[in-house]
Amino acid sequence: MPLLKLNMIELKKVYRDFLVGDQTVHALDDINLSIQEGEYISIMGPSGSGKSTLLNLIGLLDSATKGSYLLNCQDVTVLPDDQKAAMRSKTIGFVFQAFHLIPRLTATENIELPLMLAGAEPEQRLPLVNKVVTAMNLTDRANHTPDQLSGGQRQRVAIARATIMQPKILLADEPTGNLDQKSGQDVINILEQLNRQGITLIIVTHDANIGQRAMRQLQMVDGRIESDQDLSHSQTNSSSC
Amino acid sequence: MLTSMSDIIRFSWAALLGYPTRTILMLTAMAIGVAAVIMLTALGEGARRYVTNEFTSLGTNLVIVFPGYSETSGLNPIAMVGTTPRDLTLEDAQVLSRNTNIRRIAPINIGSVNASFQGRSREVPVIGSNSELLNIRQWELSQGSFLPVTDLDRATPVCVIGSNIRDQLFDTQTAVGQWMRLGDRRFRVIGIMASEGRSIGVDVQDTIIIPVASAQQLFNTPSLFRILVEAKTRSAIEPVKQSTIEIIKERHLGKRDVTVITQDAVLATFDRILAALTYAIGGIAAISLAVAGILIMNVMLVAVSQRTAEIGLLKALGAPQGLIIRLILSEAIMLSAFGAIIGLLLGELGCLAIRQAFPDLPAYAPSWAVLAAITVSLLTGFVFSLLPAQQAARLDPVLALTGK
Repeated sequence: MPLLKLNMIELKKVYRDFLVGDQTVHALDDINLSIQEGEYISIMGPSGSGKSTLLNLIGLLDSATKGSYLLNCQDVTVLPDDQKAAMRSKTIGFVFQAFHLIPRLTATENIELPLMLAGAEPEQRLPLVNKVVTAMNLTDRANHTPDQLSGGQRQRVAIARATIMQPKILLADEPTGNLDQKSGQDVINILEQLNRQGITLIIVTHDANIGQRAMRQLQMVDGRIESDQDLSHSQTNSSSC
Repeated sequence: MLTSMSDIIRFSWAALLGYPTRTILMLTAMAIGVAAVIMLTALGEGARRYVTNEFTSLGTNLVIVFPGYSETSGLNPIAMVGTTPRDLTLEDAQVLSRNTNIRRIAPINIGSVNASFQGRSREVPVIGSNSELLNIRQWELSQGSFLPVTDLDRATPVCVIGSNIRDQLFDTQTAVGQWMRLGDRRFRVIGIMASEGRSIGVDVQDTIIIPVASAQQLFNTPSLFRILVEAKTRSAIEPVKQSTIEIIKERHLGKRDVTVITQDAVLATFDRILAALTYAIGGIAAISLAVAGILIMNVMLVAVSQRTAEIGLLKALGAPQGLIIRLILSEAIMLSAFGAIIGLLLGELGCLAIRQAFPDLPAYAPSWAVLAAITVSLLTGFVFSLLPAQQAARLDPVLALTGK
């Protein structure tokens, strides 16, 4: 009996154009992509192929020039800034190559930030933060500032921050790019574990070893999806909204 | 759910501590602005109070008569030659004293003579007057008695000397009862002035006071320098002034050749001038607050561009535009507020230092200036950070995250 799942992310004929000088560059060129809840996807390709632009667009940090984007069956192609912000806060977590931790705040405070920005009461925040600090194995580093942490620890703090709001989607842009082999492996393990717990994981990487671990692998060239390999073999039928 | 005020303040506080150089720079600018307003207005206000006090110490309900009256007249050969006014005389003073609105009257004659006692001598300003002078000018004696009550034209050879004269000529000897020489005449010392008696133009400590008739003989002149008139009440000042002008005019062959000023009028004029001065320097100091505001704007703009990545991150984490604006504004307002508090303390300390250095100058900042300084500093902090705050809120998160 094939499972019927709704598409969580649905991009149709999406273009993203940039003006460089007086020339229009198609950073995304006719992208059609459907992603279901719980998928583990890697996006690979040479630099300038549009991987990051695609990730930013999915993460509502950027908007399509043309085409439509449905997120959880809601049309988010054109949305006012603050509604996008609210949507990001609730449903999307970001992990960046450069960690993007606020240097003057401790690990705990950095992790707490999304809760604070969402207006959660301090009493509600503390247990949630403690839980992820423990889960990320950061208990003894909780009161350190980022410059007192190793690269791997910093990225674990960033992942904790990205997941504190319990988002459905986790977007990671070169999450191991600034890390050594071992820390990078740790970070990937953590991300995969989060995926097994149900989060939809999308990783942008140019590291083939990492990219090939994903169940579904997208190859991008010149703003187009060149190949879309699904290794999960789970023949689920997807349905449009 | 909105992010609570305490969270915003805590976040801004961490940001202020995170960039100490910037914070100290802005605090200093704001503090200097506020301190400048407070100290400058305190100086202006102090000057105003000082002058007011000095005038009050001249005596109350005072009308001052002095010879000469200048009128503006057209180009006229006679006016160009000029006329010498008729002298004010003792008779004038005697006639004036019949006015029932007058409580006291003191004719004044001044000059400078060589005073000597047992081989010590110095040049001393001498005031010729009568017994009423002490009360009109509200001076005090430290020893002996003041000029005796006699007819104005009686030249008694007595004198009252200032404390400095006593110290310089008599040293440690008892002065009261001694005969001393003023010019070519001998006078008996009957009293010593108290050292506090000081008012504009006259330092009582360095003055000798003798009966007005004696002074006329000593200086060989029948004319008076001033006539001081004390009206009975404040409301009598104006009638006294008018009747004085009329009486003197009548006595001087119908020619108005005296000037009569009232202390109130002079005082009011000085009061207005000095109050205007205080407002003016307060305004000038307020410009330094505006400069501090512009500095806050510049530094906040730099802060926004320095922290572009951080603002991009906050946006990526779901901070709405309004929240970004509130974060930047609260940072600027906290800076202004702390700056204002530091400036207030510095300004008050400065005023204290001024009062220590010049005890005569009551340099207290007027409360309107303190309030205005704090209000203006908070307002400039707010207004001048609106632009940087909006700029931060409008940043494109993708570009901001890469620090562009």
